Amino acid sequence: MGALEQGFAYGFLVLGVYLTFRVLDFPDLTVDGSLPLGAAVSAVAISAGVDPFVSLLLALAAGFCAGMVTGILNTKFGILHLLASILTMIALYSINLRIMGRPNMTLLGKPTVLDPVTSSGISMFNAAPLLFGVFSILALLLLFWLLHTAFGLAMQATGANRQMITSQGVNTDNVIILTVGLSNGLAAVSGALLCQSQGAADVNMGVGTIVAGLASVIVGETLFGCQSVGRALLAALLGSVIYRLAIALALSLKLGQFSFTPSDLNLLTALLVVAALTLPGLRRKVLRR
Amino acid sequence: MIEIKDLVKTFHRGSVNEVLALSGITLKMRKGDFITIIGSNGAGKSTLLNCLAGSTGIDSGHIVIDEEDVSRWPEHRRSTWISRVFQDPLLGTCGSLSIEQNLALANRRGRSHGLGRGVKRSDQEIFKKQLAQLGLGLESRLKDKVGLLSGGQRQALTLLMATMIRPKVLLLDEHTAALDPKTAHQVLSLTQKLIKEQHLTALMVTHNMQQALQLGNRLIMLHGGRVILDVSGAEKQAMAVEDLLEQFYKVRGEEFVSDRMLLV
Repeated sequence: MGALEQGFAYGFLVLGVYLTFRVLDFPDLTVDGSLPLGAAVSAVAISAGVDPFVSLLLALAAGFCAGMVTGILNTKFGILHLLASILTMIALYSINLRIMGRPNMTLLGKPTVLDPVTSSGISMFNAAPLLFGVFSILALLLLFWLLHTAFGLAMQATGANRQMITSQGVNTDNVIILTVGLSNGLAAVSGALLCQSQGAADVNMGVGTIVAGLASVIVGETLFGCQSVGRALLAALLGSVIYRLAIALALSLKLGQFSFTPSDLNLLTALLVVAALTLPGLRRKVLRR
Repeated sequence: MIEIKDLVKTFHRGSVNEVLALSGITLKMRKGDFITIIGSNGAGKSTLLNCLAGSTGIDSGHIVIDEEDVSRWPEHRRSTWISRVFQDPLLGTCGSLSIEQNLALANRRGRSHGLGRGVKRSDQEIFKKQLAQLGLGLESRLKDKVGLLSGGQRQALTLLMATMIRPKVLLLDEHTAALDPKTAHQVLSLTQKLIKEQHLTALMVTHNMQQALQLGNRLIMLHGGRVILDVSGAEKQAMAVEDLLEQFYKVRGEEFVSDRMLLV
């Protein structure tokens, strides 16, 4: 259940990573900063008495702005996309500390989005996976709709063939800025949900976010395919859940004296992404022989 | 009316590799002109088209379309009035989108791409009719990804997309050069048909002199970034490939007929 809860909470992030990495072909590391940004904004807002649901919207807006900064650095200032996103990510570390005023912030005893669910009689144990599941499916449906609008088509074409879509009169700079913004808005919502379910926001909670997001997208694609946009979105969300299940499984694994600790996660995730990226190519080589 | 005034473009300015690609091109195009452009490699043909479309910036000069100076307009804004078909069949269409989605994008050229439905039901019937006139059977494959189509089919689709919203100028940059002879012929007749039906103003770059003489009402020869020959109407009709070659030799005797210069 814990893995489901995390899988759905990170689902927003993974959908966002799918947008930038797959649709826009824009490797965006900003999420490492915008996820804790969302957590910080949400935690500070709730502590100040703001409704937890409204705090999600504030997180979304904050993440959107952070993503737009990356987009603007890339398109208007001509900084390489990867570097632009790293710059924003680094800057966000300081900004997140400023927002919270300290490295971490607990939400113990404060209201969260889970309260309405638990007060209806559902146990805390089930409430988070249920609510986050519903939220992330709503987000998935919204993205499915968005990708089929004229703007969504322009977004897909911007990633696939920039010359073509420019020739059709679309300003690709604007498309990139808005899409990277949206992606980071989603990452920030993930951060806000995580901080509310775990009861704390931490400035370091974003380390390795992009790699985890990427791993989820790739795991989903490998298992469920990505023939159509709808399928790819669903694969991304399910990939997020399966990735978290796999992590939980790895952590419970015991090989004699040896067992994995949470600090090994980054190494495991990196290895998983390398394997997922290289295996299809290797398999093709072997089959050709 | 489209006017190109004293267009200058230098690549790698200030370095040892400096190349003067366009050295003051002036050209007046009347509405309905179908101009073919020939010239040896490096004459500035493609650069001229890129400067018109806005994908290459210019050093000096003006591009005026219907009394509006568009020289400083960014490429996406110019595409409201100027559409183009590239030499590479992969460039004009988006392979990961379906045929109808590509057409829907082209159907909005110059308008905002907002949050309305991308492919509207009412559009599908129109798309089918337009695809049917290509005679390639694409009208029954609206949902197919464009990446599945052949180069010729993609080029035909690009042509359709470039003319769906009537452009003030249609730019064709050797758009049949990457196709096999039979497909090239089909795409060329489609080009002629579309230009004739819609009375389009068009500029077509080609390496095929026969083609340059057969098509269009006006022919321009570029060399060293300058217009060295500009014939139209009856004068063009009377010309033969030999006359063009003679012109070529006149400006520079050697190395005109490069391997890309086809006589047939």
